[in-house]
Amino acid sequence: MIQVLTGNHSVAYAALLSDVEVVSAYPITPQTQIVEKIAEFVETGKLRAKYVRVESEHSAMAVCIGASSAGARTFTATSSHGLLYMSEMVYWASAARLPIVMPVVCRTLGPPWNIWNEHTDIMLVRDYGWIQFFAESNQEVLDTIIQAYRIAEDERVLLPVMVGLDAFTLSHTSEPVDVPEIESVRKFLPPRSNAPYVLDPSAPITFGNLTYPSHHMELKFMHHRAMEEAKHVVAEVDSEWSKVFGRSYGLLDQFMCDDAEVIILTIGSSAGDAKEAASLLRRKGVAAGVLRIRLLNPFPSHELSQILSNVKAVAVVDRNLSPGNGGIILEKVKSSLYNLKNRPFIKGYIAGLGGRDITVEDYIKIFEKTIDSFRKGDSGSEWLNLNLEAISS
Amino acid sequence: MNIKDLDREEYFLPGNASCPGCPASLGLRLLGKAVGNKAVLVVPAGCTTVIQGPYPLTFSKLPLLNIAFAASAATASGISAAFEVKAKDIPVIVYAGDGGTADIGLQALSGAAERNENVTYICYDNEAYQNTGIQRSSSTPYGAWTTTTIKGKREHKKDVPKILAAHNIPYVATASIAYPLDFIEKVRKSLKLKGLKYIHLHSPCPTGWRFPSEKTVEVGRLAVLTGAWILYEIENGVFKLTGPSKSLLEKGSRKPVEEYLKVQGRFQNLTDAMIDEIRNEIEEKWEEIWKIVRS
Amino acid sequence: MKRVAAISFPSKGAAGKTGTWRIWKPVIERQKCVRCLICWIYCPEGTILRREDDSIEIDYEYCKGCGICANECPTKAITMTEE
Repeated sequence: MIQVLTGNHSVAYAALLSDVEVVSAYPITPQTQIVEKIAEFVETGKLRAKYVRVESEHSAMAVCIGASSAGARTFTATSSHGLLYMSEMVYWASAARLPIVMPVVCRTLGPPWNIWNEHTDIMLVRDYGWIQFFAESNQEVLDTIIQAYRIAEDERVLLPVMVGLDAFTLSHTSEPVDVPEIESVRKFLPPRSNAPYVLDPSAPITFGNLTYPSHHMELKFMHHRAMEEAKHVVAEVDSEWSKVFGRSYGLLDQFMCDDAEVIILTIGSSAGDAKEAASLLRRKGVAAGVLRIRLLNPFPSHELSQILSNVKAVAVVDRNLSPGNGGIILEKVKSSLYNLKNRPFIKGYIAGLGGRDITVEDYIKIFEKTIDSFRKGDSGSEWLNLNLEAISS
Repeated sequence: MNIKDLDREEYFLPGNASCPGCPASLGLRLLGKAVGNKAVLVVPAGCTTVIQGPYPLTFSKLPLLNIAFAASAATASGISAAFEVKAKDIPVIVYAGDGGTADIGLQALSGAAERNENVTYICYDNEAYQNTGIQRSSSTPYGAWTTTTIKGKREHKKDVPKILAAHNIPYVATASIAYPLDFIEKVRKSLKLKGLKYIHLHSPCPTGWRFPSEKTVEVGRLAVLTGAWILYEIENGVFKLTGPSKSLLEKGSRKPVEEYLKVQGRFQNLTDAMIDEIRNEIEEKWEEIWKIVRS
Repeated sequence: MKRVAAISFPSKGAAGKTGTWRIWKPVIERQKCVRCLICWIYCPEGTILRREDDSIEIDYEYCKGCGICANECPTKAITMTEE
């Protein structure tokens, strides 16, 4: 049934449809409507779950870890500083191989305080062993969260999953969303099985005690392998979703990439504006395309290099920053393409930090700058629309 | 209850990594006698983490979840929530040191207490960060030597049971490994109640307090008989002394605190003024109890 | 049970044969033992074994020789002897 939902409410409906059993809730702008809507579901009896109103994000993830270790399907949501505060436990959840699913509403990190859209938060925990998705629409948010439980709980995976969505531009923006019937979802996503272990007095085991160097590396190898295997499971689950619900996303979203000569590579809802810009440029005869990465981690290096090997120029737009190092996606793209015989020209752009808008005109400008730089052989990266005079007194 | 009534079975197996004479190990063994194996343990970083022995073996016949230092009370809340949703009647017990309780773990514990989560939280108090090599915690008593309070701790011991009592949880108690039946009774009582139950277990540590390993129980006993450690329980807000502490309300009935201090190397360099301070603190605590018991 | 993470199973001697740690060994004088079981309850290791008739036996494979049993025995039936 089509409903008009904000991104946050789409998340809440996804949790409802996924029959989550334990929810830990701590509020942080701009995620608060997620925990509020789920509280409403629980208190009106729509969702039969235990709702734990924790006193911090660190405890929010700890509750998920405890509940998941006891066999429950668990859920929490956070953003920005909350994500960083809980980050010790974020790593723990992955190394403990627990199938927790957590949407992250991506917001700028301070100081100074800033509540608006930026992707640095989710990028910083890229190496924490979570599968990471980034959505373009509220529909994709809802669909991906349900898919995420299937992926996470798959015996070949057993890893937690983060689903990123843009602060305000998705979280607080209403879009039409086809909310599937719960019976169809339940067929797609059965209850969680106890494999391969849970806390159970009849089969007593100790989780995670001191491990010497002689054994630890092998455990890390299994951790690593599961993440590699996850990519196949992501594709499988998406394919099955497509058969049941008629919507497919894949690992990468290709827009007019087949015959593109210049591609903008980015993530999130802003890709929509990039696609608009590409369409406009196509009318002017520019072979423009947009490649949106949906699966951020494990990074689809192989798939990416296949697509980009046929392209002349790539503009990577990073709405994040590693101070001193630049855009984080740019780094990943360059390392993915290293082994290609024919590497495209790559230019990096830092844009939209602190929630600054990236408009369709900005994307047109990026396409044009990239083409210009390609012709001059002038690669590297630049910051879009920087106005340093604005901050000097 | 009699010692002979206790279960013969050991739920925490010998050949673990604890120091000889370890009170944390003794506390767990007594916990096993109190509970059996139908419970789940949550253990944050601390001595007990290492006591289990290394992967792929463990000394625990109860399912045990090791967790990060600050997170034990929240993790236990999560397990308890899952068991509730799945209608499984399995007690969840935290076994945490004083560092993981009074310091880094206090926020999560306060949260769990305020929500009255159905968890039994046992703090084995060896009065310092013993596992990392005897550094002071807020639970280290006044005057004690530790590697970070070489001239003796200046601050007084944080009264964690009092903080928990202020949360109005159904059950708060102190216990000592020197009085095993008292501890076992308190654990069993906790398991019959719903909500957050807090037991603070005094755990004299030979390695950290600097006394010979055979005196662990003796030191624990002296703590109680000098009045330095008070055995009590607060059930639904009603305060009651237990064990030998019941007969120690009169100042003269308590042994002089010097008897407790002189057996421990960590108190060797106390000045007379510091000993006076310690004695006064004990007397003030007992006066407070007098007022509660009389009203 | 598939071991995908660090899962450990219960076993005696998880930290090895801790009996080798001993310098002093507890020795029981049977005629002095009144079977009060005080040593049994206070042993931190669980290496004092309680027999059917409540007499005790020491598991020397794992006993660490801490001496609590000797210190607490009301009839001084246990003596710590040099290993």
